[in-house]
Amino acid sequence: MSVDRTSVSRPSVNRASVSRTGVTRGFTGRARVPNAGLPPGQYDAGDDWPVLSAEVTPQLAPEDWTLTVGGLVAEARTWTWDEAHALPSSVYRGDIHCVTGWSKFGVRFGGVSVDAFLDAARPSPGATHAVVHSYTGYTTNLPLADLTGGRAWIVWEYGDGPLPAEHGGPARLIVPHLYFWKSAKWVAGLRILDHDEPGFWELNGYHDRGDPWKEQRYSGD
Amino acid sequence: MTDPQTAGTFVPPARFAVPGRIVASNRAAALWQRATLTEIRRETPRAATFRFAVPGWTGHLPGQHLMLRLRAADGYTAQRHYSIASPPDDAGHIELTLDHVAGGEVSGWFHTVARPGDEIEVRGPLSGFFAWPGDRPALLIGAGSGVVPLISMVRHRRARALTVPLRLLVSARGPGDLIYAAEYGAETTPVFTRTAPEGAPVGRISAAQVAALLADGPEEGWEAYVCGSNAFAEHASRLLVAAGQPVDRIRIERFG
Repeated sequence: MSVDRTSVSRPSVNRASVSRTGVTRGFTGRARVPNAGLPPGQYDAGDDWPVLSAEVTPQLAPEDWTLTVGGLVAEARTWTWDEAHALPSSVYRGDIHCVTGWSKFGVRFGGVSVDAFLDAARPSPGATHAVVHSYTGYTTNLPLADLTGGRAWIVWEYGDGPLPAEHGGPARLIVPHLYFWKSAKWVAGLRILDHDEPGFWELNGYHDRGDPWKEQRYSGD
Repeated sequence: MTDPQTAGTFVPPARFAVPGRIVASNRAAALWQRATLTEIRRETPRAATFRFAVPGWTGHLPGQHLMLRLRAADGYTAQRHYSIASPPDDAGHIELTLDHVAGGEVSGWFHTVARPGDEIEVRGPLSGFFAWPGDRPALLIGAGSGVVPLISMVRHRRARALTVPLRLLVSARGPGDLIYAAEYGAETTPVFTRTAPEGAPVGRISAAQVAALLADGPEEGWEAYVCGSNAFAEHASRLLVAAGQPVDRIRIERFG
């Protein structure tokens, strides 16, 4: 290989610079602004909202979107765009946290609580988990306890406008108390199960649950 | 187990499909390891390559990334994900190529403070989604430092003398911004968006270029790997879909 091997620093190893405490020589980090809302290992993304999907952004029209709740339920149900909008609206205002390190504060999502959909489909006794499916084939798993009790939403609004396609529009799941890979974009449905079944990133080495406050990034954390 | 009365009523959509995956080693990903900086190489005015000795590195596949951690004296830590530029056969060593981001606390440390002998912490390799083990014809499309995971694939193919087809379409602002410029061979087509050598066109990767690569592809088609900013990833993936590349054979790594 014809690699340019020109070194900009002389490759002499200075053992004295190696700290036993793991401190990185000369690293001070940015100015610390105490922020109780920032989980460990996260930084404030400010106005940025990075896009981190692994697949091609689907161009889905609202009239082609439906949401299905099926699997281990009393009555499998499918809602069209208009039927979902007819359910009582619910808003999330708060923070979101991505496993890659950024957090975003004070966002607003508008949609419907996941409780409204589950109440209609009625998970069977013994139901414990859900696998969330996207129109892209993406999947992610959650305990039902993380989807109920007013802690998860199906949303189609971000701020004052419609949810942009690259952020999961026309509709996505949000589960803001977990890392954001659980908040499946382009959500198509929830499959209710009586056992846990890892999804796309969970099979690719990510943590099964993903609590930002416990820094559950990768399997084994 | 599942109630036969209600099981199977949910049919997951098949309109789009996430490509298949390579399950990553969870054990290695969970472990923080010390990495010693051994060499810094200037690539372009904005980008440099940082070579590390990581004696416990269990190996990686081309295209995988790692997480690194810098620690300040007061205990503050900064963590970032970076793609691995080196091929898997570089025993005990890994290389990263980092842009100097204005105001970046981690890239700023690397570009202005770091010197050989310094130690940082790394964990990985992470995510098998974007990995290319060298098994299928690969069409690689990258822009800027998005070429980093793709060069690992090019180097792997060259080091192993693989004959599986591989093409690289790489976009840079100008010849001086083209990372690894001296290393490209016949597999690579550079595209310049702002300044180009005499006689070469200036502009984004075009529909015609992508269509030509698809038309000229192997019989079984390409596995496409796209890496760059989100705007670039959207542009490149739309061109691929428009040219007939199946969506379930496009893998995208974006950075914001």
